[in-house]
Amino acid sequence: MSKTLIASKAAPVRFENVTKSFGRDVVAVDNIDLHVEAGKLVTLLGPSGCGKTTTLRMIAGLEMATSGRILIGDRDVTTLPATDRDVSMVFQSYALFPHMSVLENVSYGLTFSGYSKSETRDRALAGLELVGLKGFDTRLPSELSGGQQQRVAVARALVLEPQVLLFDEPLSNLDAKLRRQVREDIRAIQQDLGLTVVYVTHDQEEALAVSDEIVVMRNASIAQIGTPRSLYDAPVDRFVADFIGEANILPCTIESVDGDMATISIEGYTHVLPARGLAVGAAKLAVRPSRLVIGAQDGFKATVAKATYVGVRMEYTLEASFGSMFAVHENVDTPLEVGTDVTVGFSQKGPVLLPEA
Amino acid sequence: MIFWIVAGWVGFCILPWYGVEDGFFAFEWLIDGYPFDEDYAPAAFLIGQGEKLWLAPLIIPLITSLFALRRKKSDPLYAKILIASGAIGFGWLIAQGFGIGIRGFNFEWLMALFGDLGDRQFGMGYGALLLASAYLFLFTQGIAARGAINGDVFVVSAIGGVIVIVTVFVFLPIAKMLLAAFITEEGGYSASVFASKFFDDRLWGLGCMSGARCGAAWNSLFLAITVGILTTVLGLVFALVVTRSGFRYKRALRALTVLPIITPPFVIGLALILLFGLSGTVTQFFADLFGVQPTRWLYGMPGVLIAQTLAFTPIAFLVLIGVVEGVSPSMEEAAQTLRANRWQTFRTVSLPLMRPGLANAFLLGFIESMADFGNPLVLGGNFDVLSTEIFFAIVGAQYDQGRAAVLAMVLLFFTLSAFYAQRMWLGKKSYTTVSGKGDAGVHPLMPNGLAVPVFIAAGVWGLFTVVVYGMILYGSVVELWGVNNTLTFKHYVTAFSVRFEETGIRWTGAAWDSFWTTIYIAAAAAPLTAAVGLITAYLLTRQSFTGKNAFEFGTMLSFAIPGTVIGVSYILAFNVPPIEITGTGIILIVSFIFRNMPVGVRAGIASMSQLDKSLDESSLTLGANSWQTFRRVILPLLKPAILAALVYSFVRAMTAISAVIFLVSAEYDMATSYIIGRVENNDYGLAIAYSTTLIFVMLAAVGLLQVLVGRTKIGRRTQFGAKEQT
Repeated sequence: MSKTLIASKAAPVRFENVTKSFGRDVVAVDNIDLHVEAGKLVTLLGPSGCGKTTTLRMIAGLEMATSGRILIGDRDVTTLPATDRDVSMVFQSYALFPHMSVLENVSYGLTFSGYSKSETRDRALAGLELVGLKGFDTRLPSELSGGQQQRVAVARALVLEPQVLLFDEPLSNLDAKLRRQVREDIRAIQQDLGLTVVYVTHDQEEALAVSDEIVVMRNASIAQIGTPRSLYDAPVDRFVADFIGEANILPCTIESVDGDMATISIEGYTHVLPARGLAVGAAKLAVRPSRLVIGAQDGFKATVAKATYVGVRMEYTLEASFGSMFAVHENVDTPLEVGTDVTVGFSQKGPVLLPEA
Repeated sequence: MIFWIVAGWVGFCILPWYGVEDGFFAFEWLIDGYPFDEDYAPAAFLIGQGEKLWLAPLIIPLITSLFALRRKKSDPLYAKILIASGAIGFGWLIAQGFGIGIRGFNFEWLMALFGDLGDRQFGMGYGALLLASAYLFLFTQGIAARGAINGDVFVVSAIGGVIVIVTVFVFLPIAKMLLAAFITEEGGYSASVFASKFFDDRLWGLGCMSGARCGAAWNSLFLAITVGILTTVLGLVFALVVTRSGFRYKRALRALTVLPIITPPFVIGLALILLFGLSGTVTQFFADLFGVQPTRWLYGMPGVLIAQTLAFTPIAFLVLIGVVEGVSPSMEEAAQTLRANRWQTFRTVSLPLMRPGLANAFLLGFIESMADFGNPLVLGGNFDVLSTEIFFAIVGAQYDQGRAAVLAMVLLFFTLSAFYAQRMWLGKKSYTTVSGKGDAGVHPLMPNGLAVPVFIAAGVWGLFTVVVYGMILYGSVVELWGVNNTLTFKHYVTAFSVRFEETGIRWTGAAWDSFWTTIYIAAAAAPLTAAVGLITAYLLTRQSFTGKNAFEFGTMLSFAIPGTVIGVSYILAFNVPPIEITGTGIILIVSFIFRNMPVGVRAGIASMSQLDKSLDESSLTLGANSWQTFRRVILPLLKPAILAALVYSFVRAMTAISAVIFLVSAEYDMATSYIIGRVENNDYGLAIAYSTTLIFVMLAAVGLLQVLVGRTKIGRRTQFGAKEQT
């Protein structure tokens, strides 16, 4: 019964040359173009202060763009206030109204949408059922756990069947275990209903797990847009490489380029990988910690500088002549001692050349 | 929008245009010649009969505004029509109001331009009021439609409304008063008149250096600074005892904070007379003991100083206890772990962090002392201060409005300078130590070297306060103090006797009239004060708009304006059209609203900043507009603050004297001014009995509040629930 009541009116979101500045000299978002397809979950990812939350709030209508155009569906909403946009938002603090019961909270938006009393109630109950909170309708928000409050906030936003649903770091107030479950729930609801969702987070793992597409932001502008896989495997620069899963940035030399493939060398160790349009000469290489093979046949020489046991694996800091790097190893039973000399190679896939200088 | 257009037409065509003398709500005007009688006619009928033709242009904007009805909000013409209609209508209304007064044209150049008018008009009434509001809100809707503040009609209208009422009821009277200082006896303007009044020896004389009398300005300044320092020190002492010592009866001390709220300011002065006056208990006792002649030492500077310090110390305490508690214990604990001992911690961490509180307490004491009217009147003797001088300039035989205005300006100058100095001093640094995060630490105890003098001071002063309040209670049941000490309820009977007759209860006591008026006026003022205060607070905390700083300064300014100044400026400004409300209850209500508004604003700001802004935002994204958000989310969560503001403004209205004394009339006499009148007739018994009654009435009001707020808190426990984790 619930799924028939709550449908989706998913619409795409488009930013055209949008800039937002606060006061005279603080530019929070600098001339960005962005397209979110209908029915997709897009994550805005970046370090704090990169403008991701401001971007989200501009979609909501809580901040007004200083210049540029914002479209939801085919409607220009640039100057429309939040009240008049068909968008709803789940807040980091959930922002449940403490003086209203769960049901009143969920019905709140519906009462402004012209539904009859009984329909408002039916929809609100359906929304609660959808998030698995059937029977909690008379409780006050304070009588719920953090995870339940979170779900009420989601239900409250969902029942309005918004064109776009926004999440502002929805998981940051939950403990680690709950986080995984809630993010899977959010993803499941989004896919079931085909919602357009824009999701802000600073946690790259969360972003990789839930997104159709990730927008990495840095210093008020967009660093890279792509699917989780493409960002992880082909970052455009060291910022993205380092932000999406850690990466060791190593200096190398491109010895030769053959079609799409390049041969690189580090201290005589050679490796073949996609050239990404680079020419022969010095270059930068990004290697994930898990893609460093300790004790490989071929490789460069390094010394173990630090060894840390974290349960599921060992973490090592390795010291080579050209710099230090961070590696992980599955073998926790016979860890390497600090000071051991090792040979380090790359796994077959994994290292990528960075296009930047 | 339709609502305001209709309201405009109603104001223009149906309600009486001019003020109705016997009171609008008596509805006598309905049967007494309405709508054709000139006194009661609406503007439309006046024009129809060929009178007051200058009102005719007012209909034009009303008609043009109709053109906006069919248009869409996004249509640029819609905004233009509304802005033009509103601005022209409002502008013309103001212009004709000020241009044409009770003797025809108010300005010579108008007379020169149009010749003698041969007609006149009186104060505006409800018709004019309604039309003015209609124009104002049409104007703000137009501004909103143009896209100001995201096109939010409610916020723009609220800003417009607050600006207009603050301008009319705060800035206009002050400006009028400034002008009055320059008016010569013939009615012209002259700077020399101002100068002669300003440099009067009675104002600035320094005779007291050589044994003669000093000018009132110096007296006031000296008194205010002394009182400010004394109350701040004593307030700090009490605050330290409560928060930084193992003192057991802290709750009793906290009860002290209620005292200034419920005590009419001059009551302390009365009690002091009972103790130290010529026939006072202590005076008599020592006179008998040492066989010396009792003196009148109390009347003058010493008496006023003691009375004001007694009266205002609890206010300083109220401010400082919040500040002393607000100093985060973890700061002090950090200092201690960094090897500072208790004394060093106090001196280098705690005290500097209390600085804004100290400055605030001093400012409050300073302003209260400057504005205090009751105590200098009761105890002043030959010690002239500005507030009493102003009073005598207006009501005394001299009746010199210009002099009153000049004195009021000097008074205003002092308080505003103090206000400004405090802002400058505090402005640069941030002293916020309480963050949203829980702070589990404990305040350290006072260092011993400090504790001993603090306890002695607190003990002595606390005891003194208790004795003084005991005196008030006792004095109210004594026949004639110092002469005939038999106990009697005579005074209560005189004041509050009732007789039961067949027709019902007859309130025969002398005090009932003023008592009911006071309750009535205070009850009318309280909700209005709370409303204006909360809306202003909402605008200040939740909205950002250009000129917000000026807006904030303007609204907080009335806090620094002494009541005496308000009183004087109100009679100067509202005795003549267009707003002619002296002698009515309305002027009392209005003066209370603007005297107490800063309190409402502060209470609102304090509790609104506790509410996370995401609550509003989520309401907005859920499709509610800002008015719905305000009503359904903010207001319910502010219930305790609203209650507090209501009771507080009610109680303040009952105890106020400084502005009231200028504004009361035979019909609307207030309790406090009635009591002052009794004191001037040396009828102390009745005065004290009445004061005691007031204290108990207000104690009941405050007690009721505590019960009510205590109850609502249970429903509010959830306030920070959103942040709780499990």
